[in-house]
Amino acid sequence: MAQVTLGKAINTGLRAAMEGDSKIVIMGEDVGKLGGVFRVTDGLQKDFGESRVIDTPLSESGIIGTAIGMALRGYRPVCEIQFDGFVYPAYDQIVSQLAKIHYRSNGLCPMPVTVRIPYGGGIGAVEHHSESPEAYFAHTAGLKVVSPSNPVDAYFMIQQAIACNDPVIFFEPKRRYWEKADLDMSQTPVGLHDARIVRPGSDVTVVAYGPMVKTALDAAAAAEAEGRDLEVIDLRSMSPIDWPVLLGSVRKTGRLVVVHEASVFLGVGAEIAARVSERAFYSLEAPVLRVGGFATPYPPSRLEEDYLPDLDRVLDAVDRALAF
Amino acid sequence: MPESASAGPLSFPPSPAVPSSVSTPGPELVQLLTPEGERVTHPDYDVHLGDGEYRDLYRDLVLVRRIDVEATALQRQGELGIWASLLGQEAAQVGSGRALQPGDFAFPTYREHGVAWCRGVDPLKLLGLFRGVSNGGWDPHEHNFNLYTIIIGSQTLHATGYAMGVQRDGAEDAVVAYFGDGASSQGDVNEAFIWASVFNAPVVFFCQNNQWAISEPLERQTRIPLYLRASGFGFPGVRVDGNDVLAVLAVTRAALRRAREGSGPTLIEAFTYRMGAHTTSDDPTRYRLQSDLEAWKLKDPLERMKAFLYKQQLADAAFFAEVEQAADELAARVRHGCLTMADPEPLAIFDAVYAEGSSLIDEEREQLAAYLAAFEPTAEGRSS
Ligand SMILES: Cc1ncc(C[n+]2csc(CCOP(=O)(O)OP(=O)(O)O)c2C)c(N)n1
Ligand SMILES: [Mg+2]
Repeated sequence: MAQVTLGKAINTGLRAAMEGDSKIVIMGEDVGKLGGVFRVTDGLQKDFGESRVIDTPLSESGIIGTAIGMALRGYRPVCEIQFDGFVYPAYDQIVSQLAKIHYRSNGLCPMPVTVRIPYGGGIGAVEHHSESPEAYFAHTAGLKVVSPSNPVDAYFMIQQAIACNDPVIFFEPKRRYWEKADLDMSQTPVGLHDARIVRPGSDVTVVAYGPMVKTALDAAAAAEAEGRDLEVIDLRSMSPIDWPVLLGSVRKTGRLVVVHEASVFLGVGAEIAARVSERAFYSLEAPVLRVGGFATPYPPSRLEEDYLPDLDRVLDAVDRALAF
Repeated sequence: MPESASAGPLSFPPSPAVPSSVSTPGPELVQLLTPEGERVTHPDYDVHLGDGEYRDLYRDLVLVRRIDVEATALQRQGELGIWASLLGQEAAQVGSGRALQPGDFAFPTYREHGVAWCRGVDPLKLLGLFRGVSNGGWDPHEHNFNLYTIIIGSQTLHATGYAMGVQRDGAEDAVVAYFGDGASSQGDVNEAFIWASVFNAPVVFFCQNNQWAISEPLERQTRIPLYLRASGFGFPGVRVDGNDVLAVLAVTRAALRRAREGSGPTLIEAFTYRMGAHTTSDDPTRYRLQSDLEAWKLKDPLERMKAFLYKQQLADAAFFAEVEQAADELAARVRHGCLTMADPEPLAIFDAVYAEGSSLIDEEREQLAAYLAAFEPTAEGRSS
């Protein structure tokens, strides 16, 4: 079985999707000849042609706005936003149009548009290249928001996102693009919005998504050495959220730590903490704790190690949860 | 103070005045019918219609104005939350709407009731949006007429993307994107110009320059005539008398033909005037002169077509009476339909948020249903 990187897995998934449906088009800045700044679309223009893999003007609102028009004409666009911090010029088209057209049309105009966004920090980048804006989109009705954490999920989830008749914001953990795994393409994937227990445990539940799943797993391995048994959940979908898996785990462990790179304040973890408190109040032995970015802009990269949650910050929260 | 000290490095020359060409058209204005109803010729544009077709255009103008007047009245009576009147822009809308082929696709703003009429959308469906029973109201694919778009300028990108789809289909359809003079300042409109231009997309940008964006005059949006903007993007622009239905028809047909032939986009500036308020919520007496309105009344799009039909003996009194009666009947139908329009059921809030559903929506729908059910009377009286 071939070992592939997460970036290559998405590339392979895109290729498989395009082979199966001639209405799929890829649009974005530098996605054609260059293959994208992270090479995720490498080779696709060569094989599918310039009318299906479109090097667009440098115009994010234009990318999403025209993708909407193409979807109205029966196409299935896959848009690439070059970096997380460059999605804001397209924010209006995503929130006011893409997310609302199916509702506005009372179901007559589906919007099967996928928006791929490399996101998150940890790569020593300059400003605007390390952000985690997922909460803005998860807060918007009409969008679905997902993030794979590993190559196998990336391969299947990109195809599921493209096949979905709703707009899907597909956050790619850019610092994990080079992580490798065996890719068995013959397996049957779980649903796009299913969370998954990636490490069963009994003491504390740690839920993470995207780049933080690896951090959570590393923390669980370290905790094990200290005799603590963490259950790690890969959330995979930030909208909708798979509550049954989450609540089932919390009812078992009684303790929950949520980890994401985005600011803790009003982040995805805030929603998780609130819901779990509502639904599993009597199972909780400790308040739901959140580990994430501070309420600051993303700092200069020489400080990002202090900003980003890491193994120790996760273990610190685990300790605090167990101290109750 | 010595003379030289008064002109420091930060003193700039005063801005030049806005050129009068911005708001006063010259010979570039395409016109086939003068405000007095005289038929005039133009070297580049012409229309040849049968007698009945001239009459049909007039009928359209009258009917869409009547829909508009009726809707305004319904708003005043509390039946609509708001209404955006097309008064004065009937010719721009009917002329361009009637230029479309069945396979063409139009992307409107919120004021294109005349285009909607040409595309066969029941006026009652427009009213549904302004009454608040729907955010849309019709099937865009049934009429090749997109839903109204309220965010200024967004739809120009949708039109361009749709046109890029047409190109990929190898089809000969054309697309028209409506927008206003105010919208010309939006980034999306300028991005749409760029995309359409670099991809040579079969889209016509139809700007109804009605001189106002709510309270802001044209001069706050531009210092050059809007049609000239096109040249900066690499495609032709043309300025047409927007109150002349024949000229608008001719110019739009030509632009659509260009698009269909693979020659790319065109910008049409239909020079017109918003004779009413921006919407029923607006008070134009706060920002514009009554005398301007009076001057534009002399250029009324319906009056000049009526004069033309009389002068050319294309219609008689019986025809005009028949059109009036048709308008009365339409108005009565619109009024009755509006008054009897039912509100949606509360649980419709959750309909069609997603094509493939969402566990969150299902959960909240159930919550609201259970909450509402708690208020329903039971056999023992009201439940708690
Ligand atoms: C993005 C956005 N900003 C502001 C508004 C509020 N608004 C509605 S109509 C309008 C003026 C539009 O002027 P114009 O484009 O000339 O079209 P007109 O109303 O004259 O037809 C404004 C500011 C809006 N709908 N969308
Ligand atoms: Mg205007």
